[in-house]
Amino acid sequence: MARINKKPPTRKPATTIHSKPAARSRSPRRAVVLVATRKGAWLFHGDRQRKTWRADGPHFLGQIINHLVLDPRDGRTLLAAAKTGHLGPTIFRSTDFGKTWKEAAKPPAFAKVPEGEKGRAVDHTFWLTPCHANEPQAWYAGTSPQGLFRSDDGGDTWEPFSIINEDPQFRSWMGSEQDGTPDGPKMHSIIVDPRDPKHLYFAMSGGGVHETLDHGRTWSALVKGMEVVEGFDAANNAFHDPHCMQMCPSNPDRLYQQNHCGIYRLDRPSKQWTRIGKSMPKNVGDIGFPMVVHPRDDDTAWVFPMDGTAVWPRTSPEGKPAAYVTRNGGKTWQRLDAGLPKNQAWWTVKRQAMTADARDPVGLYLGTTSGELWMSRDEGRRWACIARHLPEIYAVETAEIG
Amino acid sequence: MKVLIPTPLLSYTKVREVEASGATLMELLADLDRQYPGLRFRVIDEQERMRPHMRFFVNNAQVFDMTHPLHPTDSVILVQALSGG
Repeated sequence: MARINKKPPTRKPATTIHSKPAARSRSPRRAVVLVATRKGAWLFHGDRQRKTWRADGPHFLGQIINHLVLDPRDGRTLLAAAKTGHLGPTIFRSTDFGKTWKEAAKPPAFAKVPEGEKGRAVDHTFWLTPCHANEPQAWYAGTSPQGLFRSDDGGDTWEPFSIINEDPQFRSWMGSEQDGTPDGPKMHSIIVDPRDPKHLYFAMSGGGVHETLDHGRTWSALVKGMEVVEGFDAANNAFHDPHCMQMCPSNPDRLYQQNHCGIYRLDRPSKQWTRIGKSMPKNVGDIGFPMVVHPRDDDTAWVFPMDGTAVWPRTSPEGKPAAYVTRNGGKTWQRLDAGLPKNQAWWTVKRQAMTADARDPVGLYLGTTSGELWMSRDEGRRWACIARHLPEIYAVETAEIG
Repeated sequence: MKVLIPTPLLSYTKVREVEASGATLMELLADLDRQYPGLRFRVIDEQERMRPHMRFFVNNAQVFDMTHPLHPTDSVILVQALSGG
């Protein structure tokens, strides 16, 4: 599966009249945006000021790429979760930023069941998380149908992790193809505590939020305070549908969550989520998919609301796309729509399709299901389009290289 | 025996027609995977089921049973049947 990028880089001259003497916005490294779509993957290489972007792709044209992630521990290993309409799921790896790709020798797969029993088969790997900095070759993967897997060799071979995949209690919470997400239930938001590799979180759509303190030997649910659809029992984990959960890099005791039923914050050691989305404007609501946290400020987080009324269009409310930011842990929210279309823009932004870089000011990036890639160099105050006419965007990640 | 490979699997075999052996379809897939590592899992899932949109023809007749017996003179065609956009 080797491919060579054919397009020569198109760079602006080294001197530019656009650059300001603002030292804090300069970085010795270059930003790259990793875009996974329903029909392939793209890498967008930015200049040092994140003003111009060079498209590198498509990689895997026609393949369904659910997640494309660069390993922050070595700065060079890229993992792509892939399948096609015909072919089963696999993982591709690159250590040269996509010039060449090598397929995993053993992609995530459930255990084979005895003859006569109906076993599960991984349809696609949905989520990829590099493990702790002290576990340099290790990764976690979340799949659909829901399963948790781990690789200890840089993504080449994968094994089921912990008891979750076969545990009757977890299986009852996971539901079936009939429940929830249109292309299958998702295991996602796998989070490793940077202070302790034995401390993990993950979320299931549906199935709730779960935590282990002993490297997956035992798990406990973290759903208190999370609401469920009216008429269902919040005490049953199966009815909880977290869409995206993030841990604050500057404070690993603080988690934010965009849920099917609102936006939440959790401050450990508490086990009680607080619905901070109630302070969102009523005509916008607090339904959506992505959750984005600030790299250095645990009071700052961004969401991209979707219409969750009536038949759940899951598009930008009133056709007017906007991010919302809180700067005080969810007490208040401000609308960020400068530069975005003013009306008749019925965007959907999926749970993996919005992210932040670690620059100052923070860059925000989002991809739409209509194939547009947008970014803000100033924490959402002003937005600009990087690319149009891509396939349906599933995931957007950023990394620094060079 | 001769096995005709569909285009989505050409990244593994590089050519449309390959030689492989096996007394059953399952054994044939195992031989193909030995020659072209990774090919089998993209065709057969971990429960040994044919993946959706994957079809097998032996001597121009569609076969659904992976234990279907094969002979060295048989011709096998792997077909990928996918519709939609």
